[in-house]
Amino acid sequence: MINTTNYRTCPDTGFKIDLSADKLIKWNAVSGVVFLLIGGLFGLGVALTRWPAVHLLPADWFYLALTAHGFDVLLVWIIFFEVAVLYFAGAVLLGSRLAAPKVAWLAYWMMLGGAIITNIAVLRGDSTVMFTSYVPMKAAPEFYLGIIIFAVGVLLACIVFFGTLVIAKQDKTYTGSVPLVVFGATVAAIIAVFTIAAGAIILIPTLLWSVGYVGHIDTLMYKIVWWAMGHSSQQVNVVVQISLWYALAAILFGAKPLSEKVSRTAFLLYILFLQLASVHHLLVEPGLSSEYKIFNTSYALYLAVLGSMIHGLTVPGAVEAAQRKKGYNKGLFEWLRKAPWGNPAFSGFALSVVLFGFLGGITGVMMGAEQLNIIIHNTLYVPGHFHGTVVVGTTLAFMAFSYWFVPVLWQKELVMPGIAKWQPYLFGIGMGLVSVFMMGAGTLGVPRRHWDINFSDAAMAYEFPGAAHLMMGLNGMAALVGGLGAAIFILNMVGTILWGKPKTKAAPAAEPSTDTHGAQVLASHGSAEGMSVPGTFTLAMVFLVAFVLYYFVNWKYLAGVWPLS
Amino acid sequence: MSIFPPEKRIWWKEPIERSEILWIVIALVWSLIMFVMMPYWHIAGEQNLSNEAYRIRPEVFAERTEAMAEKYTVREEGDTGIPVVHPPAGSDIYMLARLWEWWPVLELEKDQTYRLHLSSMDYQHGFSLLPENINLQIHPDYEMVVTIKPNRSGEYSVVCNEFCGIGHHTMVGRIHVVDK
Repeated sequence: MINTTNYRTCPDTGFKIDLSADKLIKWNAVSGVVFLLIGGLFGLGVALTRWPAVHLLPADWFYLALTAHGFDVLLVWIIFFEVAVLYFAGAVLLGSRLAAPKVAWLAYWMMLGGAIITNIAVLRGDSTVMFTSYVPMKAAPEFYLGIIIFAVGVLLACIVFFGTLVIAKQDKTYTGSVPLVVFGATVAAIIAVFTIAAGAIILIPTLLWSVGYVGHIDTLMYKIVWWAMGHSSQQVNVVVQISLWYALAAILFGAKPLSEKVSRTAFLLYILFLQLASVHHLLVEPGLSSEYKIFNTSYALYLAVLGSMIHGLTVPGAVEAAQRKKGYNKGLFEWLRKAPWGNPAFSGFALSVVLFGFLGGITGVMMGAEQLNIIIHNTLYVPGHFHGTVVVGTTLAFMAFSYWFVPVLWQKELVMPGIAKWQPYLFGIGMGLVSVFMMGAGTLGVPRRHWDINFSDAAMAYEFPGAAHLMMGLNGMAALVGGLGAAIFILNMVGTILWGKPKTKAAPAAEPSTDTHGAQVLASHGSAEGMSVPGTFTLAMVFLVAFVLYYFVNWKYLAGVWPLS
Repeated sequence: MSIFPPEKRIWWKEPIERSEILWIVIALVWSLIMFVMMPYWHIAGEQNLSNEAYRIRPEVFAERTEAMAEKYTVREEGDTGIPVVHPPAGSDIYMLARLWEWWPVLELEKDQTYRLHLSSMDYQHGFSLLPENINLQIHPDYEMVVTIKPNRSGEYSVVCNEFCGIGHHTMVGRIHVVDK
């Protein structure tokens, strides 16, 4: 095939960008943000309904909004953005042409079409089955059909990404091994293919069942296979988010991984051990043995958790090493104090690392222990946990990356640079508190997916302690703060793309520590070898102590409940 | 840098920095401790779910539940007149989940063990015993058996915490634990 690809050269970074990849990255990212807006509004409706004093939506609308919220933000927003990241990693970072742009556009339209079809099914009101759509509760066929079309689109996007890797290798657009960020993106795409396969195995029969061609779907089998999709798709999010952490560390600080070997092995641990896990969601289910639950839910001896703990050290460690080489060497934490806290790309990144670890990571591992799950399952603790992962972890990392990537890719100035400085704090702290208050209410037994914990229409009622009502109110207020943060982000991004002034100098987020002076400052090693990172190590130990204490406190709670055997 | 290929072609032979190795060892040890906690609790802990479960047709489960209720009902409760069943200590007891109630109300004796059978007549439901905060997932066509030993007397509620349709939030049941 004759190569007719047109490129432009990015004035900020010097990257050679395939114009078709450029356009696809933009369309995918923008579509993601649109769904973040839609899904975010549904989420706000949910949070304001669960605030007892406000109780905004009627019951049918509440459950409808909750179904739409889960689908639009957890799936559509995140995956559109991830596809943009895949194309960015494949085409831009490797300086290659994108494989089969036409297929990539087909993927885009399938994802968009599928997302719209499922949204229509939900909004029509006949598919209020929650995002998880547990059988035998039945949605309209279009609900499953839309998700399947969306997933096939994602699969095509992954194939385009793999094809791009092959092209880049053949065309020798880079020398040696692919960059760590591309390696991470590849890991994400591999897990995504597994995820989509599991999704096909369960959603296609469910679609046929919903149409009437299949008579019965086993409820337990449905959940095992559905979560092989549902849980793995969260691993895709983790991997992409960590790849972007490494990317931001490199862009903002010229940071190198402490050791390529360690970081890449940690990514490999994900491929080897993450995807087998789906049983986190089935720990208090009948019909599965404890042996299977323990092995599966621990990702085989917690070896994938080990991977995350390694990244938890190596990402901030890379920043510390880079800062120390620049001379911020005083004491344990000068490198951190002198970091650009007013740059939203950095503050969003830093908050994402910390909040993901403390709010999402620790709690997820804790409640994934077979017996501890008894005091957690289906309480509000569960959404509390995953708002700690996908909202203040993944979504915040995507926002941070956008502060660099939108001005650079569109070559425009941010329209609201002043308020952007505050946005990561507003969103991170607001949504972080949402996570904390939901988990707090969950430990008091407040159920998830529940319209009325006052039980005003119920024949019998349970009176939750006052603290539970208080936390639901605080959760609503925190959601308003976080929602404001999200709204500012969306306005800023959309405004920049539509009305932003053409860029004259590098955006502050894009401080071109890239190759020019970055390479001079840093030694010529492939990794930041030999540089000790005492500050990061101290922070990691703080994390470990919090982890250990929190883990055993929950065993103590468990020991206090009725004996069960 | 992480966005460029490693500068050293043979990056896999670079030495690993000491604090990194130390952290990996610590994290691995912690991972193994967490893993061991689960089997350990099966041996030494008191809160474990049995692996006892059966496939069952909803009507069969309903029959067994009704048979128990017929035998041991002691009174009725509330506006709905739902039966309160006081089965003998140590016996097999049944509670069924259906849109949107837990049936019947159970009255148990403190510090006695019971084999609690749970199943659903329709959708999936979530058995959330409050204020204990014991949570179990209830499936149709599956009968879960768990041995419980209520160790405090008082009034307990069973709130449904799996979404089961528009009346989900009204689905509340009751277990009384009485001193002998």
